[in-house]
Amino acid sequence: MKMDISAISIRISLLLVLFWCSAALLAEPQYQALGQSASELTEQPQWNLTISPDGTGLPPGSGDAKVGQQIFEQRCAGCHGFDAIGASAMPLVGELGSLRSEYPEKTVNSYWPYATTLFDYIRRAMPPAAPYSLSSHEIYALCAYILSQDGIIEANVELNEVTLPQVKMPNRDGFSAVYPNNR
Amino acid sequence: MARSPLHSRRQFLQYTALGGAFAGFSLPVLAAQTAPDFREILPGSMTRAGADFSNYGQPSAYEKKVIRWISANSEMTGNGVSWSPLHELQGTITPNGLHFERHHNGVPDIDPAQHELLIDGLVERPLKFTIDALKRYPQQSRISFIECGGNSNSSFRSKPIQTPAGYAHGLVSNAEWTGVAVKLLLEEAGLKPAAKWAIAEAADGASLNVSIPVDKLLDDAMLALYQNGERLRPENGYPVRLLLPGWEGIVNVKWLRQLRLQQTPAMTRDETSQYTDLMPDGTARQFSFEMAAKSLITSPSQGMTLPDNPGIYQVTGLAWSGRGKITRVEVSADGGESWVDADLQAPILDKAFTRFSLPWQWQGQYAVLQSRATDDSGYVQPSREQLIANRGRHGYYHFNAIISWEVYEDGYISHIYPD
Ligand code: HEC
Repeated sequence: MKMDISAISIRISLLLVLFWCSAALLAEPQYQALGQSASELTEQPQWNLTISPDGTGLPPGSGDAKVGQQIFEQRCAGCHGFDAIGASAMPLVGELGSLRSEYPEKTVNSYWPYATTLFDYIRRAMPPAAPYSLSSHEIYALCAYILSQDGIIEANVELNEVTLPQVKMPNRDGFSAVYPNNR
Repeated sequence: MARSPLHSRRQFLQYTALGGAFAGFSLPVLAAQTAPDFREILPGSMTRAGADFSNYGQPSAYEKKVIRWISANSEMTGNGVSWSPLHELQGTITPNGLHFERHHNGVPDIDPAQHELLIDGLVERPLKFTIDALKRYPQQSRISFIECGGNSNSSFRSKPIQTPAGYAHGLVSNAEWTGVAVKLLLEEAGLKPAAKWAIAEAADGASLNVSIPVDKLLDDAMLALYQNGERLRPENGYPVRLLLPGWEGIVNVKWLRQLRLQQTPAMTRDETSQYTDLMPDGTARQFSFEMAAKSLITSPSQGMTLPDNPGIYQVTGLAWSGRGKITRVEVSADGGESWVDADLQAPILDKAFTRFSLPWQWQGQYAVLQSRATDDSGYVQPSREQLIANRGRHGYYHFNAIISWEVYEDGYISHIYPD
């Protein structure tokens, strides 16, 4: 239950001071609802960054592996290595089928369950010195480059807001949720 | 190597062997007294004025080695961790400047006057809150640990890492957090029945996002504004962070800007690629939020040398559980052949550090010190052997097995795997 403070005169607040230890008053939280209506924000792009596996949130755009490779070499290879096989930062490709082996390698292509996550993550976090500096076209192209390295998509496939959610990752069914049983 | 099992606290602490060490003092003969010059015989600190007041106090200049240990990516220096020096600390509260850090792209600089928190998605009324508004809600406080899911991950490796206790197991810290119950704000926005997950997003350079079950938010989640009485430190989420007591660090989102209510999780990078536990069969456990019971002897521990032989040492450490209260901590000096109950220091709080201690008589023998925690769900901290038998060597996250310190005959202590 919320209390409309503005409606209460000073006189009544003084009375409240006298009585504020009474159990009846303590039983109800005494605070003012201070949230402001934000209906106008909720459609804005800066509040819709998260992309869901069904593609909700993906912006229009498209790109293929050929363009993606060029961008990767300029903006990503310095840390993730030439061909995305790892350097100071982790490898992004390869190691498919390694998860059960003695030396499992978790790469985007060997481990990630959803391709939409790749768009979501690159846009928000990569390259680290300039997040959000890549256009949607460039990000689709980077996704295409990374995924095509292991044949998850054909090298000539153009990824866009419709085709990216349709990509089936090799380890799509490799996860089991511990929550809500928590054990 | 003498490895006689211990049967009681009494045997753990054999005071008698030390009795002789205290005998044999004699009083000095007093010489004829002249008026002393106190400036010569008193410590310097008593014969001159001290330093001035300070606006914000700093640790003693003699404590410069009590620091977080930073381990960050070479090309992306804001990505990595800093470890809390648990082996240098006492009590249960981690000082704010020593609380562990895990950042994905550095510590953002956020002006609280410009910061807004949006609650939207499957709610009746999308709402935004300023920090000043959040401060006017009823403030609740609770002491709670936060542990990174990747804490102690080096213990999955085949060789025990030789670093001080905190620098291998100190991605966990404990503070008094104060702020607003998330439940109040969700009720104000009006949850729709289909709202089952909230996507929490941070205002940092990684826009970190993770999915959090609504049940937890309605249970004991807090929007923390204060840490040990003062406003959050920037590296701990200033101006506002989520506190999900007992759950792995990653979901305690710092620099929180949005809670987007949805029916399903978003499957973000930090709940798929990372913070999932790879099992021996090649599948992975996801949404393994709870941090299970764990304990760690902080002193004596790796890298220390016991100075006296024989000597009495206060074996002490920390225990915590993401499921509730610690009910018991046992200590062993013989690699787990025999165990003795340690004393638990009050208060023993839900999902918070509990300090344990037990005096130990060391007589120069080879020893393996271990601690084992039990929580009020009845869960007992496993041995490393058991944990690896259940979860394999590649889980990386949620390592909560018993940690062992090997004491050599010369008093030096190193980290070992006894199994
Ligand atoms: C300055 C070095 C650097 C550059 C440049 C860089 N990255 Fe990264 N990248 C990293 C680091 C470090 C991580 C690990 C981040 C973490 O763990 O939070 C990472 C993580 C990733 C991941 C997640 C990998 C996983 O398995 O979780 C992807 C995908 C990625 N980067 C793609 C890119 C792309 C695409 C580019 C170019 C547009 C790029 N990166 C540029 C350093 C870099």
